[in-house]
Amino acid sequence: MSSHAATATQPNLDRVQQVGLGAFGAGLALCLFGLMSNPDQVMRSYLTGFLLTVGLPLGSLVLLMVHHLVGGQWGMVMRRILEASTRTLPLVAVMFIPVLLSLPVLYKWARPEVVATDKILQAKALYLNVPFFIGRTVFYFVVWGLFVYALNRLTTKQDAGDTDAKRRLNNISGPGIVVFALTVTFAVIDWAMSLDPHWFSTIFGVIFMVGQALSTLSLVVICLAILMEHAPMKGLVRPNHFHDIGNLMLAFTMLWAYTSFSQFLIIWSGNLPEEIPWFIHRLHGGWGVIAGMLIVFHWALPFILLLMRFNKRKAGMLSKIAILILVIRLIDLTWIVQPNFNPDHFSLHWLDLAAPMALIGLWLAFFARQLKARPLEPTEIDRLAASAGHH
Amino acid sequence: MSHAAVEAPKTFGMMAEFDDHQQLIKAAAAAHAAGYRKMDAYTPYPVHGLSEALGQKPTKISSLVLLGGFIGCIGGFGLMCWITMVAYPMNVAGKPNYSWPAFIPITFETTVLVAALTAVFGMLALNGLPQPYHPVFNVDRFKRASQDRFFLCIEAVDPKFDPGSTRAFLAQHSAEVMEVDA
Repeated sequence: MSSHAATATQPNLDRVQQVGLGAFGAGLALCLFGLMSNPDQVMRSYLTGFLLTVGLPLGSLVLLMVHHLVGGQWGMVMRRILEASTRTLPLVAVMFIPVLLSLPVLYKWARPEVVATDKILQAKALYLNVPFFIGRTVFYFVVWGLFVYALNRLTTKQDAGDTDAKRRLNNISGPGIVVFALTVTFAVIDWAMSLDPHWFSTIFGVIFMVGQALSTLSLVVICLAILMEHAPMKGLVRPNHFHDIGNLMLAFTMLWAYTSFSQFLIIWSGNLPEEIPWFIHRLHGGWGVIAGMLIVFHWALPFILLLMRFNKRKAGMLSKIAILILVIRLIDLTWIVQPNFNPDHFSLHWLDLAAPMALIGLWLAFFARQLKARPLEPTEIDRLAASAGHH
Repeated sequence: MSHAAVEAPKTFGMMAEFDDHQQLIKAAAAAHAAGYRKMDAYTPYPVHGLSEALGQKPTKISSLVLLGGFIGCIGGFGLMCWITMVAYPMNVAGKPNYSWPAFIPITFETTVLVAALTAVFGMLALNGLPQPYHPVFNVDRFKRASQDRFFLCIEAVDPKFDPGSTRAFLAQHSAEVMEVDA
């Protein structure tokens, strides 16, 4: 099973790259067209797309660290996919620059004329101000970047035969998960929660992390289904692996429902005037319909499908569920972000589709390029090949 | 065994002993291929692929657990509705008596509770446990089934069972074949 050299040509990855660039080109053209008529909406939709895109390298980073800590075959076959995904972090950091350039368009606290008339925002100005916001975002990306660099460098060494790398990967991953949870929580407070600067929810960061893990696992399933058509993943990826990943998707689907509902239940029970507007805007009219859709398509349907064993063991079926989850992730983020700009009425714009398409397309092309850069099968997998014989 | 002379012990089955799980799986698969159905294997730890070799059908426990979960879900939600709307209606924070969001945690807990209890007791029932007496323990060497030996027992109730030919069949796979008294 050591065909490490035979990974240079991956016709399927070339196609992913082309599709990604195509989506990027089309999305970019639409966004440029939108800039002429409704520049504010372009940035609003762009933010949704950014939040979806940033979840892929971040979800990959935390799943990698979890795998380095707990081990298991499920992580071995997806390790290179996750690593390639984490190496897109510089691209995603660059993708944040347009957001930084249009902070007053997106965030009320960045508009001096709003802050001047708002006592609460004046009190929060110590934290919610433009220079500190930019500083924090740079800090998050630097911290994540250091972990991405360290993990990728160590597994490269491991492939070259460094036996000490495993222990060091372990030592980095433990504290890494703690640092990850804290930085992602603060990042989504900055990027998403501060869109409604009067509102707060302590579980908000967790909901995002769960969503990131869910979209990352969906990406992995689709990647494995594509890659298993050719060597070396052909024959290496078994129904057992899809079963394991399907079980993880089921767990994260439940966790998403659990955390999302907890947020609602606590705010609903408390019924405090500073907390409930966020849900009032999102549970009535058109946004209320979307909320109902989220219950059905983000929880009930994937839950029932992923409960069934045979759905999890077939690459084709699990890929379809993965696509459903990725689509519903975009809808969930749209439901979280967009009502901030139109709290009193339902409003969906074609740009809400075009901007995420451009970002995800560019990301996919970059990701496929990264995936081709290293052999798809970690050398450590050979050690596990013997135990795979039992299945 | 004084009454043994009065009534000759009937045979429960024929048992073969193996040193490792690969031999056991091979023998189990061969026995299944030879047409034996009423048999069971005994190992010190769970062995992957053994149920498949024995030709055991997938367990019904998952459907039972699903049913248990349904009952717990509907029961829990129903209980909350009955308590807050019929038995003890009370104004809590000005919210309506039928405040379904507040019922969800209870519904979730009862779903998990009844599903888990169904899993435990369903497993015991499907395995025929508790079972204070089992003939395999009449074989002295069977003690080692919980230590380092692997056993396959073809039971006498199997239509293909015949003391002579079954012993001969098992002897092809194992050096140690024993008759198990009922």
